[in-house]
Amino acid sequence: MTQNGKPKFAMYWAAGCGGCEIAVLNIHEKILEVDANFEVVFWPVAMDAKYKDVDAMEDGEIYLTLFNGGIRNAENEHLARLLRRKSQVLVAFGSCAIEGCIPGLANLSSPEQIFEAVYRSPSTVNEDGRVPQYVTQVPEGELHLPIFYPTLRTLQDVVDVDYFIPGCPPESHQIAAVIDAVLAALSGKAELPPTGAFLGVGDSTVCDECPRQRNVKHIKQFMRIQEVEHIDPDLCLLEQGILCSGPATASGCQGKCPIAGAPCVGCYGPAVGALDQGARLMTALASVIDSKDPTEIDRILDGIVDPAGSFYRFGLARSMLRTAWVAENGR
Amino acid sequence: MENGFEPVLIGFTCNWCSYRAADLAGTSRIKYSPNVRLIRLMCSGRLDPTFVLKALASGADGVLITGCHPGECHYLEQNYKALRRVALLKRTIQQMGIDPQRVKLVWASAAEGMHLAREITKFVDEMKALGPLDWPTARLRPAHRELQKVPA
Repeated sequence: MTQNGKPKFAMYWAAGCGGCEIAVLNIHEKILEVDANFEVVFWPVAMDAKYKDVDAMEDGEIYLTLFNGGIRNAENEHLARLLRRKSQVLVAFGSCAIEGCIPGLANLSSPEQIFEAVYRSPSTVNEDGRVPQYVTQVPEGELHLPIFYPTLRTLQDVVDVDYFIPGCPPESHQIAAVIDAVLAALSGKAELPPTGAFLGVGDSTVCDECPRQRNVKHIKQFMRIQEVEHIDPDLCLLEQGILCSGPATASGCQGKCPIAGAPCVGCYGPAVGALDQGARLMTALASVIDSKDPTEIDRILDGIVDPAGSFYRFGLARSMLRTAWVAENGR
Repeated sequence: MENGFEPVLIGFTCNWCSYRAADLAGTSRIKYSPNVRLIRLMCSGRLDPTFVLKALASGADGVLITGCHPGECHYLEQNYKALRRVALLKRTIQQMGIDPQRVKLVWASAAEGMHLAREITKFVDEMKALGPLDWPTARLRPAHRELQKVPA
């Protein structure tokens, strides 16, 4: 508790795109309730704060920390451990922190391949061939960059996590509902959910929230959305041959993407009961492909140009196989 | 094989044809390599790709899936689902760094004990030639969701 009696709040951005930070601000006037009820002590995006300020805090001094982003380098891991120690409630906020998300797809490549792609690929303008160095000498002294890890790990791979709020990013109405629940718990009106719970997510699939019309599916061809000339605005996208992750993905987003005409990409993570989102999606898709002929099946499957990237777009770093890189180097 | 590598294989058999083929192989005293551990499902269409991923992630070197011949499924068409799932699964695991040969689909009727035994032995030989998968997650954790927990 601070001098004004408010519990302390922190938010940190590790390996992620920053969309989660925007999502928190996107709860509109609810943010004023956060400010009214919490003392924001550490939130690098929103206010000036130094790591040493966090270092100086008592263990457990922060009441609530929202941690977004995966663990890609030594700095991410240091802050994850530090904030775990200083926080009573640590929340893995958003897909990156929970299951790796898009940065987790880098686990399909080695660190050398990643550096090659970022600093030396044909699409990169880097005429002097500069690459970052861990240690650099400047007149003022020695500068250090955090060690880049061989893989991206999730927050729960590094520290114990109390709650998970999925989504890429989590939807604002879901964040607002979680804030209400926390405030109710703080004022003694309700209890916090059991540790390890997924908050702000539905218990069904995106298909259940999608208003498009669904029939028995007979898929003869998969196409990427840009290859489809006319998309029926009322019909299930999967039935139109557009790869959609709805059947395997947890509800909670109110079907925003399919309503807007884009297929679900799976950002809310595996639906309840699915151990592996990709496997669930493979099961669903293979069931509705309309062919018994191995050659034709192969032709239809050719329409799915990037199976691993499509089925594990968000969950690769926590998938069952995790890829060899994570498993071998992610400890 | 000279180095004595014995692959660990998991086999998913369907209740109506291929499990009975394995049974027939046994009662007929037909020998096949003991490397495969058979798990009976009601139908090859029950095979969730999760089973295969979990087997590979937990230390199996290969996974064999067997079902009734096309057109002869006890549940009419479910073996075609298995056919499509395995095809899709092979493409996916290849991207993730696993040789798709490690997942194999075989059809065997209840009368084909000899055929199934031959296919199993062939698969074992193929896996011996390919060598151990040794997928690192198998060494890492007892249950796939429980990566080691590091106290803060």
